[in-house]
Amino acid sequence: MESVGSIILYTIVALAMVVFSVLAVTTRKILRAATYLLFTLFAAACVYFMLDYEFLGAVQIAVYAGGIVVLFVFSILLTTHPGRNSEPLASKSRVLGAVASVAMLLVAGYALVSRCALFVAKPALETPTMQQIGESMMSTSEGGYLLPFEAISVLLLACIIGGVVIARKR
Amino acid sequence: MDATLPILILAIPLGMFLVLGLAGCKMSHKLAGTLGCLGMGTTLVLAYYTAFTYFFSGSPEFVDAAGNRLQALIFNQTWLAFTDNLVIRLGFLLDPISAMMLVVITTISFMVHLYSMGYMRDHHGVYEHGFQRFYAFLSLFSFSMLGLVVATNIFQMYIFWELVGASSYLLIGFYYVKPSAVSASKKAFIVTRFADLGFLIGILILSYYTGTFNFTELTSAPVEGLAGVFQISESTAAGVKSVFESSATPVFMGASVLTWALVLIFMGGMGKSAMLPLHIWLPDAMEGPTPVSALIHAATMVVAGVYLVARLFPLYLMEVSALEFVTWVGALTALYAAIVACTQIDIKRVLAFSTISQIAFMMVSLGVARPEMHEGLGYMASMFHLFTHAMFKALLFLGAGALIHAIGSNDYTEMHGLRKYMPITHWTFLIGCLAIAGIIPFSGFFSKDEILSSCLGNSTVIYVWMSLVAGLTAFYMFRLYYLIFWWKEHKVHEGHHAPHDQPWTMSLPLIILAAISLVAGFIPFGKFVTWNGKSYDFMAHFDWSVAAVSLFVAVVAIAIATVMYRKENPLPEKMRAAMPGLWKWAHHRFYWDELYMFITHRIIFDGICRPIAWFDRHIIDGTMDAFATITNKASRAIKPLQSGQVQLYVWWYLLGALALGGITMLCLL
Amino acid sequence: MEIKAIMLLVPALIMFCCGVYGFITRRNMIAILISLELMLNAVDINFAVFNRYLWPDAMEGMFFTLFAIAIAAAETALAIAIIINLYRSAKNIDVRDLNKLKY
Repeated sequence: MESVGSIILYTIVALAMVVFSVLAVTTRKILRAATYLLFTLFAAACVYFMLDYEFLGAVQIAVYAGGIVVLFVFSILLTTHPGRNSEPLASKSRVLGAVASVAMLLVAGYALVSRCALFVAKPALETPTMQQIGESMMSTSEGGYLLPFEAISVLLLACIIGGVVIARKR
Repeated sequence: MDATLPILILAIPLGMFLVLGLAGCKMSHKLAGTLGCLGMGTTLVLAYYTAFTYFFSGSPEFVDAAGNRLQALIFNQTWLAFTDNLVIRLGFLLDPISAMMLVVITTISFMVHLYSMGYMRDHHGVYEHGFQRFYAFLSLFSFSMLGLVVATNIFQMYIFWELVGASSYLLIGFYYVKPSAVSASKKAFIVTRFADLGFLIGILILSYYTGTFNFTELTSAPVEGLAGVFQISESTAAGVKSVFESSATPVFMGASVLTWALVLIFMGGMGKSAMLPLHIWLPDAMEGPTPVSALIHAATMVVAGVYLVARLFPLYLMEVSALEFVTWVGALTALYAAIVACTQIDIKRVLAFSTISQIAFMMVSLGVARPEMHEGLGYMASMFHLFTHAMFKALLFLGAGALIHAIGSNDYTEMHGLRKYMPITHWTFLIGCLAIAGIIPFSGFFSKDEILSSCLGNSTVIYVWMSLVAGLTAFYMFRLYYLIFWWKEHKVHEGHHAPHDQPWTMSLPLIILAAISLVAGFIPFGKFVTWNGKSYDFMAHFDWSVAAVSLFVAVVAIAIATVMYRKENPLPEKMRAAMPGLWKWAHHRFYWDELYMFITHRIIFDGICRPIAWFDRHIIDGTMDAFATITNKASRAIKPLQSGQVQLYVWWYLLGALALGGITMLCLL
Repeated sequence: MEIKAIMLLVPALIMFCCGVYGFITRRNMIAILISLELMLNAVDINFAVFNRYLWPDAMEGMFFTLFAIAIAAAETALAIAIIINLYRSAKNIDVRDLNKLKY
């Protein structure tokens, strides 16, 4: 049995997630879309906190909200004339897209709902500490993630170089 | 006889062709011309030596104890051995006619080489463009023609036959920037190639039945005790005939297969020797430089057809119908060409038709020759006339070349009254005209008289016919002579210097040829060239009544020409007005060219080629085009699927995923 | 009342469908990228939720999410570099107009 507070929090988070994602893809002002994305990301971070993955929530806020959205905003400011709306979408493609998305929602939703295991309650859990996370990140034994960690670091390096090469003025 | 010198006779012109053709553009004009003349001069000496050895050495390989001249295979190299039976050889056959032809070809060729040194440059001494190329082609021609006459087998002859055709094509089209020269060269090539098709089929028939290409196996028998020496033998030819007669199909469409083969082979000769109806290329071939006309289209290449018939003469004897065919083709051509020659304005064309007419004389002479009459006098007469005609016709052409060189036109209306300005040309040309007209003691008189004698021996109709043609010959030659050198005073145009005689390089050949034309008639030809090698004194067959008649005809013809053309007078116009139809037809060469144009363009092109082209373009190509169009349309239609837009791909992916999800859902329900 | 797994998964699913809708309808490349981030986040939430509800003792889902965030950051940075470069040469980032090199 959850506390009333967490129920309210859940309601707010779920509503924010749904409403802001819908708004992010339907608004015609691209800067607003980025802002709505930011709110959605915050909502996702809240979900992580609710699941007791505090580190994950912190990363979500730091990397997504702090890094990526800022990148988005910068690039939007660099590539669009301020105040100009993107052209309205053709209603045909909007309707088609909406139909496809709703169809997908129905199919996937049915698949979700028809699985009883998904209705289990949240089991109790000790929040994983930073030490646990750090050790398994550096560990090479079972449940260790050293190799992906290193792979990601190489990927990030490659990404930095690639970004520099692409964006460099010739 | 050692094979070195004969091989050199062929090798020097070939080498000269390669040297001048490959390195000519690096040489000065003078060096190229001198080299060409030196090469040909050497060949001339070698050929004279070879012929002299053949006729006068009395060596047992050349003449037997009874005084019969033999055929000697100097060498006979196997070139292509397809099967045991089908072997193609290249070699050098020395017999009376090939030895005589060596002399004729090298003489005329050397004269033309020398003459061209002067002719192929303008009045300021500047050499013409392509001078070295010209000498290279002349050498190629000389090589091919020499190879043709010494051929040991009919296939070698065919090879060189095509080579002379190719070099003739190259030389007619020497001025390749002139459209008329280009079309003339193409015409000559195509017409003779068409004739050579018949020749090739004839060769194939003959060799299929007899299993051999060699002349010596077709017409002669080996002489005992001497390797490579043969004697003309009627029994060998009769053996060939019996091979044909004992075959499965001795008769084809009313004539024996041997006749067919011989007539088809003769068709090649008709093409090369410009017999009716394949004569149309020769007048146009006059587009080439005049020395070329003298060498190829008067003296040597065009008599290849006569030479071919003479070479296979024992076989022709076996089929009298083939010989009669030769006779009548020759007789018709002779008359036709003589009539046309009376109306032409271009002096080279007059000479061209005269050439056709004279070659037809030789053909007729071969056609009427029978061993039982005057010991085959016609054969000897034909070769004799070939010899003398080569000399005086080359002389006439070279003289015409000198006139054209001096005046700059082929048209006699530009000439008139040149006798004072160009005395050497005038006198040599007059000698040529007298020789061709058959006035005693010029060479043409003797050879033509032999021909007429043998005609009389065969049939009176032919005799009268040919005498008439001989009279026409004298008439049109003197018409030409008077119109060039007399008629009226020559008008020297303002700003032009008066025409004058040519440099020594051009005069010398004229004088030499004139001298030969003057005395060649006294050569006792019967001692040297007879159909079976048996020597005889042809004066024994000399019919003084025939000689008197022909002389009378010639003199009368010359007299008529003199009356009509010596001074300017209205008689020719009256003549023309008196028979306008005949004149018009003759002037347009009896519309042969137009007939060919009609057949090729209207019937073959329009009637056959165009429908075929239509079929090809619309049905064959259309099918292929349809495939291409369908592929094109299909790819255009499916191109948008590969738009390169990821969103579209996502659409498709989404649809697929939804479909799969839907199906899964239905299954689970 | 308890918060069950499904209650978190359904908003994530809606988020994902919004991402799909945005991806296939938007023309601005940055908007497309934003839609992509939405989808990615929805998937991330799924990872975390399944991990937490079904195998609370393991941490695989959490780590997957962690790495996905890192990769998303890298991918976004690179994509934005490309977009800016494109904008510099074409003065436009509308995917409909960027067809000069097509076919």
